[in-house]
Amino acid sequence: MLNAKLPLGVHVESAIDWMTANFAGFFSVIRKGLLGIIESIDWVLSAIPLFVFIVAVVFLAWWVAGRGTAIFTAVGLLLINNLGLWGKMLLTLSMVSTATLIALVVGLPLGILMAKNGTANKIIRPVLDFMQTMPAFVYLIPAVYFFDLGEVPGTVATIIFAMPPVVRLTNLGIRQVPEDVVEAARAFGSTPAQLLFKVQMPLAVPTIMAGLNQTIMLSLSMVVISAMIGADGLGKTVYEGITQMNIGKGFEGGLAVVILAMLLDRITQCLGSEQKKSGKNFVRNRMERRRAHS
Amino acid sequence: MPKVEVQKIYKVFGPAPKQILPLLEKGEDKAGILKRHKHSVGVNNVSFAVEEGEIFVIMGLSGSGKSTLIRCLNRLIEPTGGNILIDGQNITEMSAAELREVRRKKVAMVFQNFALLPHKTVLENVAFGLEIQKAGLEMRRQKAEEMLEIVGLKGYENAKPQELSGGMQQRVGLARALAIEGDILLMDEAFSALDPLIRKDMQNELLSLQQKMKKTIIFITHDLDEALKIGDRIAIMKDGRIVQTGTAEEILQNPADDYVRAFIQDVNRSKIITAAAIMRNAEAIILEKAGIRTAARKMKDLGISSIFVTNKSGVLQGIVTIDRVSSLIKEGKEELESIIDKNIETISLETLIDEIIPLFLNTGYPIAVVDEEKRLKGVVFKSTVLAGIAGEGGENNA
Ligand SMILES: Nc1ncnc2c1ncn2[C@@H]1O[C@H](COP(=O)(O)OP(=O)(O)OP(=O)(O)O)[C@@H](O)[C@H]1O
Ligand SMILES: [Mg+2]
Repeated sequence: MLNAKLPLGVHVESAIDWMTANFAGFFSVIRKGLLGIIESIDWVLSAIPLFVFIVAVVFLAWWVAGRGTAIFTAVGLLLINNLGLWGKMLLTLSMVSTATLIALVVGLPLGILMAKNGTANKIIRPVLDFMQTMPAFVYLIPAVYFFDLGEVPGTVATIIFAMPPVVRLTNLGIRQVPEDVVEAARAFGSTPAQLLFKVQMPLAVPTIMAGLNQTIMLSLSMVVISAMIGADGLGKTVYEGITQMNIGKGFEGGLAVVILAMLLDRITQCLGSEQKKSGKNFVRNRMERRRAHS
Repeated sequence: MPKVEVQKIYKVFGPAPKQILPLLEKGEDKAGILKRHKHSVGVNNVSFAVEEGEIFVIMGLSGSGKSTLIRCLNRLIEPTGGNILIDGQNITEMSAAELREVRRKKVAMVFQNFALLPHKTVLENVAFGLEIQKAGLEMRRQKAEEMLEIVGLKGYENAKPQELSGGMQQRVGLARALAIEGDILLMDEAFSALDPLIRKDMQNELLSLQQKMKKTIIFITHDLDEALKIGDRIAIMKDGRIVQTGTAEEILQNPADDYVRAFIQDVNRSKIITAAAIMRNAEAIILEKAGIRTAARKMKDLGISSIFVTNKSGVLQGIVTIDRVSSLIKEGKEELESIIDKNIETISLETLIDEIIPLFLNTGYPIAVVDEEKRLKGVVFKSTVLAGIAGEGGENNA
């Protein structure tokens, strides 16, 4: 008896079968929607002339982070282009953006709900633990079942894998708002919505940004892995490198992923916090000095 | 009708607070409830009434329930039982929306640790209450600037609260509370986080603001000096109950029990009680109106040997004595001004008895109490000083 294996896997399988059979319409709507978002973002990004794109991103890097990051961005992007991986990089970026966007749209309200409601907190917390600790590959299987092969199942798996940090840190950020500040807002007659949007959310922004940063990083790693189920992009280059035993190709693809990861990391990390060396500060100081002189 | 009336308020923390009320009514105390019923009693059957324009101070040791009580007044903490009437309206029966309206328009609060919004500028912080009321941007800015000027922070509009010192931050907190122009201010240890000098400044500032604004203020402190200084009346709390309510003098003179006595034992009256508290109404003649004969008649009527002279606007000019008035009359002269002794001791409303005593060594006259503009406010005699030390109040506290 003790040796008998619980038929857990079988049940999961039949549940998934049942869902594919009964929710086919629902899944196809989601599939079309996601594909639409990914392709539109990719289309827009591809439509931007290479030069304009690079200048814009370099400026953004300088504005939020500073000169070092800006130089790195310029060199990194030119290198990716030089390796012939520009188009693939854009597709990867589109998938990451889509996954992150949806993780935000779903994750923010969930995080708020957790912060405001103890019961919701108790229920959602273990689910998040489960989502995050389950090996990422496992999500690929049901994703393929429901959404076929390609970028869409990859993005779906990515959303599930990458969403927990946004939820967790939104919750944390709101709970971290000092009790007396919340009390003051209530004492002046705030409605619950005013309390949330005028006090708690603004104060939670740095924490939420940290969550967003983690989510983007997780998205990127998962988007690369989803090459295994046929998603195109930088992951595909790496995956082909592996399957064809082509070290050079694998390395080039891997390097492009690393550059993209570092770029996204630095830029999003600096979004939520004030950076001393950032271009924003540089301009502000300049203007103040000029005002002081005149 | 009192401005704020608190009737039999209870607050019990725990899983079934309502069931504890009958026990409290039967007379079980806080310690017993905690031990036998695992509930924490914050406020235990507290009643008091605060009149319009009064500063009502609640004091007591840490854990005596002050913060809980003041938070019941605007229902930041929901009382377990009892009623709270503000302008006759029962706060405890209001819906959430009605309550918000009261918080927005009537009752403002100042917090111990300032509780300013770090992501907003000083100006935006002051305007916060108005923002919550959805007032227009221009109106908000105007009102906030006006309030910043009142608390002496003009020029700091665009600073962030973290960039200001503690004292300045609390001025912002005060301005934020004043900006909604409610009649009632709740201040929970508002000055406790400030260092002693700044704290004194803020107390004085509050008192002078109060002279102009005439708010109804409920002020919490665990500092007796502060309570004596700013309170019109003081309530002393212990274990969630009020053990005594009264003016500073009443409490100093007739402490209700050993707890209160322990509280006030270290008070050096002569270091606490000010000229304002012991001074008598000053009789004076007005230079522009009164002639020498009026002066003589008035002194005779009052049976005194000297009288202060002020100008039309009440500014003290000096003193004349009956002797000099008589000799002037004998000489057949009329100019009152020529016999005014301008070289007299004056003290301010805040001068402590301690500082007044030595002055009597140098003068035979009673001492004039004047305000900043040198207007005559009252008079202190040697005998009033002695009465003050012994704990008898002045006959008027104007
Ligand atoms: N949320 C709570 N849960 C349980 N007990 C509480 C709670 N809040 C206050 N109490 C209890 O109520 C009593 C009064 O607390 P309160 O904070 O009102 O005291 P206080 O007079 O303001 O003290 P302090 O001078 O330290 O600020 C204390 O015994 C405290 O333990
Ligand atoms: Mg307290």
